[in-house]
Amino acid sequence: MRWRLLAIGLGLLTYNVPALAWEWRGEVGLEGRYFTAGPGAEGYWHNSSAYLQGQLLHEWNDRRDLFTFTPFFRVDENDPERTHGDIRELIWIHVADQWESRIGIGKVFWGVTEGRHLVDIINQTDAVEQQDLESKLGQPMINLSTVRSWGTLDFYVLPGFRPRTYAGVDGRPSLPLPVEADAARYASSAEENRIDGAVRWQHMFGRLQLALSHFSGTGREPLLFINFFELQYEPYYPVIEQSGIELQYLLGGWLFKAEAIRRSGNRFEGAMRAADVGFEFTQPGLWGTGMDLGWIVEYLWEDRDDPFASALSSDVLLGNRMTFNDIASTELLWGLIWDPDTGERIYTLESSRRFGSQWRATLEGQFYSRVGRSPLSLVADEDMIQLEVIRYF
Amino acid sequence: MTKILAIMLTVFISNVCFAQAQTAEEKGLEIAREADRRGEGFGDYEASMKMVLSSRRGDRSERDLRVRTLEGKDGEGDKGLTIFDTPADVRGTALLSWSHADRDDDQWLYLPALKRVKTIASRSQSGAFMGSEFAFEDMRAQEVDKYTYKYLRDEPCGELTCFVFERYPQDKYSGYTRQVVWMDQAEYRVHKIDYYDRKQSLLKTLSVSEHSQYLERFWQPGRMEMVNHQTGKTTELLWSDYQFNTGLSESDFTQNSLMRAR
Repeated sequence: MRWRLLAIGLGLLTYNVPALAWEWRGEVGLEGRYFTAGPGAEGYWHNSSAYLQGQLLHEWNDRRDLFTFTPFFRVDENDPERTHGDIRELIWIHVADQWESRIGIGKVFWGVTEGRHLVDIINQTDAVEQQDLESKLGQPMINLSTVRSWGTLDFYVLPGFRPRTYAGVDGRPSLPLPVEADAARYASSAEENRIDGAVRWQHMFGRLQLALSHFSGTGREPLLFINFFELQYEPYYPVIEQSGIELQYLLGGWLFKAEAIRRSGNRFEGAMRAADVGFEFTQPGLWGTGMDLGWIVEYLWEDRDDPFASALSSDVLLGNRMTFNDIASTELLWGLIWDPDTGERIYTLESSRRFGSQWRATLEGQFYSRVGRSPLSLVADEDMIQLEVIRYF
Repeated sequence: MTKILAIMLTVFISNVCFAQAQTAEEKGLEIAREADRRGEGFGDYEASMKMVLSSRRGDRSERDLRVRTLEGKDGEGDKGLTIFDTPADVRGTALLSWSHADRDDDQWLYLPALKRVKTIASRSQSGAFMGSEFAFEDMRAQEVDKYTYKYLRDEPCGELTCFVFERYPQDKYSGYTRQVVWMDQAEYRVHKIDYYDRKQSLLKTLSVSEHSQYLERFWQPGRMEMVNHQTGKTTELLWSDYQFNTGLSESDFTQNSLMRAR
């Protein structure tokens, strides 16, 4: 696996020998977390961490070829598992007359909703990064894409599987036992070398945007089995078939959104269905100011009835996004995910602003309330405030 | 000589007759159509733009952007791609817009960190563009059918004479009730626009200067300054590196192209 990545990388580098305009960019982030509910089992109130991300860009052949290399590395004060590196991108994009190819390690996002990214499946989640699970690991891929009058069609061949990252026992939040990635088991006999495939078609019908997708391969979400002899979790990755639909309808200031999936193939569970349906309504220039106020309402549903399989079986997301449209590009987003059956609540806050032209600071918070017997019980005491300062260069 | 005189006389007479038969609304529309006709046939262009934001207290902030535009064919509106280079935290962010004469524009924003393309709700078009005094609707292609018109008067503007006319946005989500436009009679270039908000009070004034001609036909502004009278804030747009006929095509203005905009 590692050799194959290296070979792809070297191939790309040698291909790019005509050194025209190479451009380096980068960012460094310093992060501090404060756990408001106490030191927890791990025995600390606060944690600091830093990341470095570079980006090498090269464009040639009249912008018909583009090369991107994005290495990432993080160090963490308390959790050795969170100290990790990844090649987020090492990809060559070529634009031909009818087709576009993207070959290498890359990142692809599918989806329209805010509460949960159900349809998004190409990349593995870099779960040690942030609690919102938006960070992704680079995925080796060959992606062919064509834009026609009948829509945009994408084919993906995905050689090589990336196991999910997990916080170590000293990380916060973390599971009560360590997750032993080396003990991972796969439904596929090829294990992490199985070649997965996916296809997605997307089209606009006036104000309606529709996308249909199918993924066939090793599931990104593992089951964790407890090994009582070693006192550790061992991930099991099933081979799944996942079909997805994304809908978005634009009407004035209203953006109606829906995502739904059906996933089958896991021999320890039946077929699973899940959906996220809602809207985002934007009021521009609120109260005569230049500020935009967005309202986000979504209903999250899934039919896995085991409360430990998912914390989001029938939940409501309410949120507001405030865009101040000022020179510092100040933004504020708060959200509440509420389970009407159990009363469980997750409050999130994200705000950010720019300082000067090279700095940005973000303040985030995550708070849990009335957590019952569910996967959320693992994070019930992990309420936290996080401040991150990023310097771009 | 006589022939020229005859032609001139005919033109003069026909103009006079036409003017008499015309209402102020028709004359306004005619000016807008003529300005639009003169802008037709440019094909495509690319340009760089520096945006300078100033607050009432004199705080300044700059943004660098690149703009690519493709002329619409067969009654379709223009397509535009805007790429942000600075400030550094929005580097690689790109905005794709497809303008339509008969309905709301389609706009998508690409967020490079998440690799996510987000649809912008059309009501947000009256919102500020990048925290500037320009709204999204000020930045988009000004299709003729997006407004109704009313000619007011002729007025000297610098060494030239300008048509002064009003235009009324047809989009119910527009932030304006009317705009007063000063357009010179020699080349049909916009020199000034007064924007009136929903309460009918003067909100902003745009001053356009340093026009240059490209391909011996098309006039483009070098400098645009928007002053917000209600907040005292100003935004200057400084255009440079205009290039026409760069070979852009429809495939450079798709959601796929957003993801590789650099």
